Amino acid sequence: MNTSDRIRRANSALMTGLTALCTLLAVGALLIILSHIAWQGIGSLNFRFLTDVPRPVGEGGGIGNAILGSLVLLLLSSAFGLPVGISVGVYLSEIGRGRVGGVVRFIVDTLTGIPSIVTGVFVYAIVVLPMKHFSAFAGGVALALIMVPIVARTTEEMLKLVPHSLREGALALGAPQWRVILGVVIPAAAPGIATGAMLAIARISGETAPLLFTAFGSRFFSTSLNEPIASLTVQIFNYAISPYDEWHAQAWAATLVLMTLVLGINIIVRFLTRKRF
Amino acid sequence: MTVETEPLRMQVRDQRDAASAANRSDGKTKVAVRDLNFFYGKVQALHDISLEIPERIVMAFIGPSGCGKSTFLRTLNRMNDVIPATRVAGEVLIDGHDIYATGTDVVELRRRVGMVFQKSNPFPKSIFDNVAYGLRINKLTHSNSELHARVEQALKDAALWTEVKDRLKTSALSLSGGQQQRLCIARALAIQPEVLLMDEPASALDPIATSKIEELIFDLKKQYTIVIVTHNMQQAARVSDTTAFFLLGKLIEVNSTEKMFTAPNEKLTEDYITGRFG
Repeated sequence: MNTSDRIRRANSALMTGLTALCTLLAVGALLIILSHIAWQGIGSLNFRFLTDVPRPVGEGGGIGNAILGSLVLLLLSSAFGLPVGISVGVYLSEIGRGRVGGVVRFIVDTLTGIPSIVTGVFVYAIVVLPMKHFSAFAGGVALALIMVPIVARTTEEMLKLVPHSLREGALALGAPQWRVILGVVIPAAAPGIATGAMLAIARISGETAPLLFTAFGSRFFSTSLNEPIASLTVQIFNYAISPYDEWHAQAWAATLVLMTLVLGINIIVRFLTRKRF
Repeated sequence: MTVETEPLRMQVRDQRDAASAANRSDGKTKVAVRDLNFFYGKVQALHDISLEIPERIVMAFIGPSGCGKSTFLRTLNRMNDVIPATRVAGEVLIDGHDIYATGTDVVELRRRVGMVFQKSNPFPKSIFDNVAYGLRINKLTHSNSELHARVEQALKDAALWTEVKDRLKTSALSLSGGQQQRLCIARALAIQPEVLLMDEPASALDPIATSKIEELIFDLKKQYTIVIVTHNMQQAARVSDTTAFFLLGKLIEVNSTEKMFTAPNEKLTEDYITGRFG
């Protein structure tokens, strides 16, 4: 083995080692976070905590209303955000290929970068102020606005991965474009689109700032869209900034619940959109 | 090269005579192309093509890569419409109607002029749903039993039925390459087009699958007008009644396949067929 070969091998080993190290760091950090949350949170977790409403310090209380509130907000924002986001993605990939498409894509990319607190203030101005009170509806709108650009871009990328030959095959059978999109292209990209939707749901389920101005929070069980509603993130925020150890422990437990919730939704969606063919 | 093709031609002629004699008798023109020019952006891909394709025959398009034969094939069902920045000038008449006239229903056109692509492109659906797709979207069947019957018939016509009849609900992607291509042919046949365009349908297949598809083409011309693009001159000689030779976007010669491979009118055709270029 001559010198240049030896250098090449050493380089290769070094680079492989570096990538392995970086992967370890990233995965390791994630594992530390997850295990720390589980460690801190599991102690306060019991049936009562999961079903009760918040109570004053020393009286226990729970996050039942916040879990319900978060689910309501996620459902509401998905109902608004997913159809719009997926439609925009379809437009970008299938229809708007010219200059208009480029402009739309630029706007969508810009929207992705808007800080979520700005979205919160915006929704406060256009929904909360006219309604004259905080509401679950306003919270859903704010979260949906955050979802749309994420869903739109991932949908676009996934649809672009569908081979062009599939579209031509369907067109050649006398299918109009909308049927090609709905019947062939979207089903072929469904698992990818679902992954994009999951990313968006995971992202918004962690959002706190836009909810402070919109859904606000509540101490009671509520499913009314016209009233303020509790959410896990706002609850975690309120408890975490409080001076009480009991509430800190509850904040950890609520964090654990939130992460389990996201994981649960992820598994369900993956199961529903698993590749059948 | 002339020497090599000789025995081949002899076999081919024997097979072909019986069927084509009957079919060619009516000789009605199905597709008539007049002064067709085609552009990809500023690049002209087809120059003044004029050609008539009679009903119920197999016409083969041969020529070297990039000569425009696929592009020309795709003008016949306006498949090029989906490629941005393309432009067509001239007329393509099917049954006397110009398919590029304003107001032409492209969807309806493609129902009448089916297409099989070079690379098989089954949908990621079940075998049954693949064949049923065209029937369903065009609402060509009125009952479930009729749908099943049409799917079965299409699969039989494509010589695939016996291989898949017990697993119609499984994914089309589980089939072998040759089976997938025959599935795509079945899918195209299910809606009973009047013209079937085939863009190098056997180019990615092994010899056994290729011969199955060639036999199929031979059977299909009883009902359909077939245009097949092929790189393979033996294949053109085996399956077609007439052959058109393209070079650099121009139609050099159209002739009966027999004449084309024995005594072509044009020097260029002879050079290509005898392997002097291309």
